[in-house]
Order: sequence, then C-alpha cells, then structure tokens
Amino acid sequence: MTDTTIYVAKKILTMNPNQPAVTHVAVREGRILGAGALSDLEPWGEYTLDDRFADKVLTPGFVEGHAHTMEGTLWRNTYVGWFDRRDPNGKMWSGLKTIDAVVERLQEAEAQLSDPDTPLAGWALDPIYMNNQRVTRQDLDRVSTTRPIGVLHASGHILNVNTKALELAGLLKPGINHQGIPLADDGLSTGEIYGMEAMAPVGPHVGFDRAMTDCDEQGLRDYAKLCVRAGVTTCTDLAARLTEESVAMMLKVTGEDRFPACIVPLRIFFGMSAKEVVEFAQALGKKSTDRLRLGRIKAVADGSIQGFSARMRWPGYHNGAPNGLWYTAPDQMSDLYHRALEAGVQVHTHTNGDQATQMALDMLEPALRAHPNPDHRFVLQHCQLADAAQFRKMKALGMTVNLFANHHFYWGDEHYRLTVGPERAERMNACRTALDTGVPMTIHSDAPVTPLGPLFTAWCAVNRITASGRVQGEGEKISVSDALQAITLGAAYTLHMDGEVGSIEVGKRADFAVLEDDPMAVEPNDLKDIPVWGTVQGGRIFAAADQ
Amino acid sequence: MTADSLPVLTLGGYLGAGKTTLLNHLLRNADGRRLAVLVNEFGELPIDEDLIEAQDDELISIAGGCICCSFGNDLIGALNELSGMMPRPDYVIIESSGVAIPGAIVSTLSLLDGVHSDGIVVLADAETIQTAAKDDYIGDTITRQLSDAEIVVLTKMDLVDTAMAEEVEAWLGQTAPQAAIIPSQQGQVAPEALLGVVEKPGTGHDGPHADKLFDSMVIRPPDGTPPDALAKRLATGGFGIVRAKGHLPGPDGACWLVQTVGKRFEAVPSPQRFETGVVCLGLRGQLDRDAIARLIAETV
Repeated sequence: MTDTTIYVAKKILTMNPNQPAVTHVAVREGRILGAGALSDLEPWGEYTLDDRFADKVLTPGFVEGHAHTMEGTLWRNTYVGWFDRRDPNGKMWSGLKTIDAVVERLQEAEAQLSDPDTPLAGWALDPIYMNNQRVTRQDLDRVSTTRPIGVLHASGHILNVNTKALELAGLLKPGINHQGIPLADDGLSTGEIYGMEAMAPVGPHVGFDRAMTDCDEQGLRDYAKLCVRAGVTTCTDLAARLTEESVAMMLKVTGEDRFPACIVPLRIFFGMSAKEVVEFAQALGKKSTDRLRLGRIKAVADGSIQGFSARMRWPGYHNGAPNGLWYTAPDQMSDLYHRALEAGVQVHTHTNGDQATQMALDMLEPALRAHPNPDHRFVLQHCQLADAAQFRKMKALGMTVNLFANHHFYWGDEHYRLTVGPERAERMNACRTALDTGVPMTIHSDAPVTPLGPLFTAWCAVNRITASGRVQGEGEKISVSDALQAITLGAAYTLHMDGEVGSIEVGKRADFAVLEDDPMAVEPNDLKDIPVWGTVQGGRIFAAADQ
Repeated sequence: MTADSLPVLTLGGYLGAGKTTLLNHLLRNADGRRLAVLVNEFGELPIDEDLIEAQDDELISIAGGCICCSFGNDLIGALNELSGMMPRPDYVIIESSGVAIPGAIVSTLSLLDGVHSDGIVVLADAETIQTAAKDDYIGDTITRQLSDAEIVVLTKMDLVDTAMAEEVEAWLGQTAPQAAIIPSQQGQVAPEALLGVVEKPGTGHDGPHADKLFDSMVIRPPDGTPPDALAKRLATGGFGIVRAKGHLPGPDGACWLVQTVGKRFEAVPSPQRFETGVVCLGLRGQLDRDAIARLIAETV
C-alpha cells in the first residue's frame, strides 16, 4: 500500500468546471488521487491528513509558456533595473530611479571584488523610464577606470560599457562606422552598444559570454528558486542551442531530488537547416524525463517592436522608421513547417510585428494541406500586434497563441506614443479577441525581459495598465478566471501537457501553487500582490522561504 | 587595414540565388589560395562531396587547403578563430543567410582588428529577381541587399532569353547603380573578379583569368599620379572595371595601395613597397582598354 496524503486548504481552485472550488486534495505517488471534500477522498483508504495549507489557497501549479532560464545566471550580476525585483534567494532589490543611483550600486558591488581584473556586470538597466537619458562610458568610469564594466539593458539588446571595456575590446578607436555603436562628439564610442553583433566583441570582457542564452548549472538551480517564489511548477526555456553538454547538465540538475520544477526547453531554429533541426528535436524528445521535456522547436520570424526590427504591415511604424528584419526567411519557415508537421514536432514561432504573424500563417496553411496534422497546436509567441482576422485564421488553422501581457505594462506607453501609435497600441496582446475567437491562449513574462510571475502576468491581462498608470485597451481586458485559466491549463495546452498538468484533477501531476490569498476573491487590481507561499511539484513541497 | 589584415568577401542574396553553386566554383578554382568559407549552417551541405577531404561538426576540410566552417550566430567568434589559425587562410568568404543585409555584416567586420571587407557580392537569379523584389514579404529585403552590393552576379542567365537578359540587366542598372554587374551561367565567374586580384610583392602582371568572359589589363600610372583621384576615376569612370587593385607611388613619394570594387574605391598608404602597377579586371568586351590607356596618358 503506498502512502496517501490528503491536504486540506482554505480553498482549492481546481480549474475543473465540475468542481471549481474544493477543500481537499489527495496525493499519492506524486499525482493527484482526487480532489473534493474529505468524505469524497476517504474511500481511497488509509491516509495522512496534512493541514499545513489549512489557511492557504491552492491553485494548479502555474505554467510559464515563454521564459528563459538564463535569468538564473543573470542574477549573479548586479541588478540595476527601474523596478523593485526579488532575486532567487529572496532578497528584494529596490528599483533605481537615477543614473547616479545605478553608479552607486555598481560602486558598492565593485568594492566587494578583491581581484582588480574581474569584470563587473550589471543588468536590467532601462533608461526609457529616466526620460531616455543616455548612460555613457564616463558614467561607468565613475565606478572604475581600471576594471571592465558592462551593464545589460532590460531588453537584452543594449549594453553599456566603461572605457576600460572598450579598450580591451579594441573599440576605443576613432573611425568606427557601425550603426550599433553611436559615437560621441570626441569621435569615440559613447559606451552604448546596440545589438548582438556589436556586443559580441565586448561582451566577453565584461562577463557576458557569447553563449549567454544558455543557462549554466548554478543558474538553472537559481532559476528554479524563482519558479518556487512565483508559484511556477512547469516552465519553458525558449529557446536554447541544447548542446550535448547543456542537455546533460539539464538532465542532471532537473533530476536532482529537490529540483522543484519541470523545465521545457526548446531548440532554436538557427545554425541548422530545417531538416536537421527537426531530426535533432525528434532525437532529443526521446531523452525527456518527468522534469525535462525536450523535443520542441522555436523559430524566430522577426525582431522586436521597440527595437524597430519587427516586421510590420502597412502603414508600418508610427514614427516612420523603416520596416524591420526577417530573422528567418519565409521559404525557410515554410520548409520548417512542412518537415515539422510531417514528423509531428511542434514549432513555436516568435512573431512580434503583424507582418511576421501573417507570414507564419501564410506559410503554415499550405504546409498543413500537405501534411494534415489535426492536433499540431503550433504556437505563435508574443504575436503582439495580431488583428482580429489573424486570430480567426489562427483558429481555422488549429494554432494556439502566447501573448506578451507583461510587455503591455512595461512598454505599452512607448508603443502608444512612438512605435505603433494609439490604435494598434490599444489592441496589442489582444487576449479578449483570442478567447472570443476560440484560439487557445496563454500569457507570458519572457523572463528575464520582465520578471517571472504568472500572477503579475494575469494582473497585466486583466487590468491592461501601463507603467504610467493608463488603461490601454479596455476592450481587450479579460476576467480574473480567464487569466487564471491562461496561466495554468491555457499554457499547458500550448505544450500538449494539458492532460498531465494545469488543473487539480484525478490522475494529474500533484503540482500546486500555494497562495496566501484567493485570487478569485481579491480586487482584480490586487492580483499581483497576492503573496506566494511556495509550490508543490510532483507531490514534493517547496516553501519560498526555504529557497 | 594593417599589412597582414585578412580580406573578407561577403556573399549575399536570397535563397536559391545560386550562392552554393558559386561557392563550389570558387573552391574548385581557388588556384593555390587557401579559402575559408563561413556558412551559417552545414544542413543542406554547401560543399560538393568530391571536394571534401574530412568533416567534423564545425569544420570541413577541402581539397587544396581550403576549409568551410559553420558560424551559427557567432560570426565574430568564427572570424577571430580564423585569424588565429595556423596556417592562416588567405581569404575568407562569408556566405550570408538569405535574409541578411550584407552592409550589416560589413559594418560588423569593421569592429574587428585583423580583418577587412574586400567586397560585397550579391547574387541575383535572373529569372526571379524582379518578381522577388516586388514580394510583400521579402521585396524590401532583396532591394536592400542589392543596394549594398559592390558586385551583383546575375545567375542562371542560361535560363533566360536575350530580351529577358537585357531587361533584367537594365533593371539592375537602376536598382543597384553602384554595383558592377556580372552575368553568369552555372555559377561560372572568374575567381579574380570576385575574390580580388592576386597580389604578391614585385608582381604586376595580368592575373590568371582562364575564364574567357573576363579581360584584364595592367596599367602603370606615372609617378606623382594622385592615388585617390586615380582610384575614383577607375571605379566611376565608366570603364567597365569590376575590380582594380595595385600600387603606385603617390605625390608624397610613398607607396599607395589603390583598389576598387564596383563603384567603391579606396586609396591608402601601403605598409610595404610594391612595384608600380594596377590590375584592372572587367567583362570581356566591356572593359574599355583604350579609354583606360587614354586615362593614363591624360594623367601624365
């Protein structure tokens, strides 16, 4: 006879429409034996009643459908973001509101370093909130003139460095002609470096390695702590190269007894042909374990809206910037879709601009005719600017969508004012339209771009408030229960994992988010402030306080 | 650009334009040059099998001392590795992705010490380029590629009739007015036209150009000819020169390097002394030998 534990909670939100709220859940062998009243569960036989959650609210463990485990690695650098943010160990770092404050925090970190040559790296800088004030190499020289220093922006696409770092990278020279390296009046780099290509020569000198997108061993363990704090029990890593070494590392770390989450890493479609990447993903899929799910592909169609590299349909950018860049050619995307559908491998496609979304739709339709696949659930990731007709097409093609609700809060004002203008900014990340159209939908953080925290993400989709406090897109708001569905079953569905996680029902994995309050009962505006006690993953209990 | 800086050619053009065919042609006709080809990926094997001597995950060894490496998303890392290789390659060709903007690759090269751009060659499929340039999705990418080109190789000319050939050449003349245009069939282009003129101290002879489509001549400008003015005239004077490269003593008495690719030109002091002589290479029948000879006479 195996052990059965029955947990009693103040309330258990199940996401099961037959019994939306119950008081008890029975767990056996890491799975849910049943949910209901105690009397419903007692017939299963001998059990231990555990009342540690008696004053808590349980929901299904949250599923994050678009994040990057590299956030775990980034936290080893100094946080200099505008917003308060909690690190994996639970320390709250206050947001910094001036460049002087950024310099001061870096000076404090610098004082901790004993070796004079160790680079100092910071991250999450976002001068957009400081009236777009530029940070210069001279600012960072106030921290040190002898130690290389680099500060990555929140977007991940801009790096600020000091003079020493420029020197080491051979970039402190006149005559540089590169649009990613603006020059000051003295003819030398200002210290601001735009784009991955321009960052490549200097990144390694300031502690940002070329392979930074790949999480390391300690980073993955730290990332998992963030999952516990956010109530996340299943989390994607979108995406990585998944080299043999990194897969071996992930198998080892996620296989550790106390690793608290199921990680779903996707292989990026880059540096491999469509044929190769599909075969690669298929082979990887066979290595999947309970806590590491492999075998999916991520493709990237275009760039970012605020970076003006997203592909836009007419009339293009609101400020007249030229159209963005294709990261993958339409023909290559078509090739990938054909082969992936034929092989039964799922593809998630990053599309930011509405032309990129249209391209993905246009490439998928003929591929589907050639290789009918009734349950492919191909995902459009971000898909920020899709219009109603595009959602109808997604529905017709059997696609799902993962909208970037957090983005709306952090950069919605910029989009309204500058990049796409009021009308399109109001319909960005159109959760309501997706649901009304019947497109299976989830919402995401894209951590580390914004913090991992599904309750915050839900708050964004429910309230559609921007950083300046405006409601942007009243008509695209969704209800709290729709938002909770999106961060649980909705996300699980996009991963073909809705049969095993995403709701509290008999047979599913015993994954719970343990909350201090009831998200259905609090004011919708307080959703983001509900404290997370921790998680239960596969029946194992993880308190945030212990992380 | 330093004396031993590694020349890098950027080879661009949309998918199906014929980059792979052309690359193989260049590798077959490397003529003793150790070419290093950088490709995004090995997936659809970019190198003809009979040329391959050995292959591992990231490097293919090719007959004649050439190599092919995949760079994935780390071009700078790959170029740094090539620069440090022993023996170092003589010449690097980057096969850019079908949607890459070649100018962006070249500005990335400018960040690296020890390498320099030796030309941007963009391939255009004679049959499809005009339609592709109007495509909603890729049209602007294709015209951006063409506007960055110093040389446009018009491929698959054997698949179009004369009227169509004339039309597409005229269209390219308007779309990429800064570029020299080279029509080609089955990827056959004289390597010297694409890879630059072989340059060794003390030589100043016509380069080997087995391809009957090309013609070349060596000019010996008189001492005191202003190098920058000469380079500009060679590039933009309408002499049908695809590439020119050589040395001459400037008015300051120092040795100068002049080179042109399409209508781009440069004249820089040479770190070493070379015998005077500039090799000019163009399409047979288009290289205006008489006018070039007159130019020299005029300068005197």
